[in-house]
Amino acid sequence: MVRSKNNDAYMSATRGLCMRSMMELDQSCSNLREYGSEQSLLSKPDGSSTFVQGDTSILAGVYGPAEVKVSKEIYDRATVEVLIQPKMGLPGVRERAREQCVRETCEAALLLTLHPRSSVTVILQLIHDDGSLLSCCLNAACMALMDAGLPMSHLFCSVTCAISKEGQIITDPTALQEKESRALLTFAIDSVECNVLMSSTTGSFSVQELQQCIAISQKASEQIFQFYRDSVKRRYSKIK
Amino acid sequence: MAAGFKTAEPLEYHRSFLKENCRSDGRELGEFRPTTLNLSSISTADGSALVKIGNTTVICGIKAELTMPPSDAPNKGYMVPNVDLPPLCSSKFRPGPPGEQAQAASQFIADVIESSDLINMEELCIDKSKLCWVLYCDIMCLDYDGNLLDACIIVLLAALKNAQLPEVTINKETDLAEVDIQKKKPLKINRLPVGSSFAVFDDSIIIVDPTAEEESLSTALLTVVTDEEDRLCAVHKPGGTSLSGEKLQHCINRAITRNKEISKLVGKVIESKTTAK
Repeated sequence: MVRSKNNDAYMSATRGLCMRSMMELDQSCSNLREYGSEQSLLSKPDGSSTFVQGDTSILAGVYGPAEVKVSKEIYDRATVEVLIQPKMGLPGVRERAREQCVRETCEAALLLTLHPRSSVTVILQLIHDDGSLLSCCLNAACMALMDAGLPMSHLFCSVTCAISKEGQIITDPTALQEKESRALLTFAIDSVECNVLMSSTTGSFSVQELQQCIAISQKASEQIFQFYRDSVKRRYSKIK
Repeated sequence: MAAGFKTAEPLEYHRSFLKENCRSDGRELGEFRPTTLNLSSISTADGSALVKIGNTTVICGIKAELTMPPSDAPNKGYMVPNVDLPPLCSSKFRPGPPGEQAQAASQFIADVIESSDLINMEELCIDKSKLCWVLYCDIMCLDYDGNLLDACIIVLLAALKNAQLPEVTINKETDLAEVDIQKKKPLKINRLPVGSSFAVFDDSIIIVDPTAEEESLSTALLTVVTDEEDRLCAVHKPGGTSLSGEKLQHCINRAITRNKEISKLVGKVIESKTTAK
């Protein structure tokens, strides 16, 4: 299991940068909980991974490129299906909305035209929810797609920001912080140009708060991308 | 000849218009289709409205029922929005249980209701822990030509403004609720959230209010919901190609202007209805 350690020198450097450009924020820059990931833990799926952010944990499995039902096949590219299984009960409307976000993000990242009339299925099993659920789902999906070896044009990672009632911006909130916040914003950032791939928000906020959250998410995404690189490097350096 | 080109190479057909900064139906890149609104379309519902954005037609009916409040919020009523995309509106939708697009749209509307603080849910409560109103908002698309989410938000807002709830008193002796159908009060709407949808073409060109064809050819879709105080209630971009900060800001500015246009429209229609009475 590869775990990240919040690099103190890097953290204080980014905090310093944030202080100069955004005076109102004091301790809210890039404060991610401890995150970790494990790949290739399941034998049957083509790619699998777990992603843990604090106490939130998601297990992802990827099957693909595989056969697709004739009703769902697309003539020139692969069909991406995402299934999110909650801890209890059957997937409901909330899971469908999350599935749509994950599916469209994966469709933009994967090179689907290389596998026409095939299917890529991403299954996400919720293990524990302690806030930042959609972010953890997207991160787990990206690691599983990497593990499956599917060709992608860029990687993606996701960061959640919560705006508290006093206006403070908290990154990677826990479930308690999410409940007490006035707005919750989740962004998926791409690895090449650091632009926003996916945005899902609840609660009301001003345009300035949105821009601040995007800037904070872009900064935090650099940490997560570095973690992807390190964990894959570590894994493949062992295989000779 | 143009019809043949459109069928054979739809993307190239649309690109040739976008190069000249216009679209295949003659609109500018930032122009919305003509929007019409009709209130009280369903006489048996407590509130209803019908909206047409170009060819996209969406109707909403609100039914209010009495129920016990949920145990985690005993002093609040609640709203249950449901978006239905029947096979009638487009050949893309097959009969059967609601598909992903309908469910995602229902969840989006529920999020917008909560984010924008549309109605004070405490006002829907009649007797704490015992009785409250539940508003079932059924939104049905009759003709799908793109831009579903904008139409759903406008029609829901108009139907809520049109809704009238009867007065309910609790009889102290029998402890039963007495509904007085003669006395009806309108709902108090706090905010006016209005959505604007955008489609991104080829990662660079942004068009406003896409039709169904343009939606299927686009590389990303974005919906921005603003309220009358220029605060954002939702920035919904469910994936697709990336968008830079300046383009996002440009979309938000367009959404703010759209909010003013729609608020005026809704205000005008409600005023004409009350003067017609």
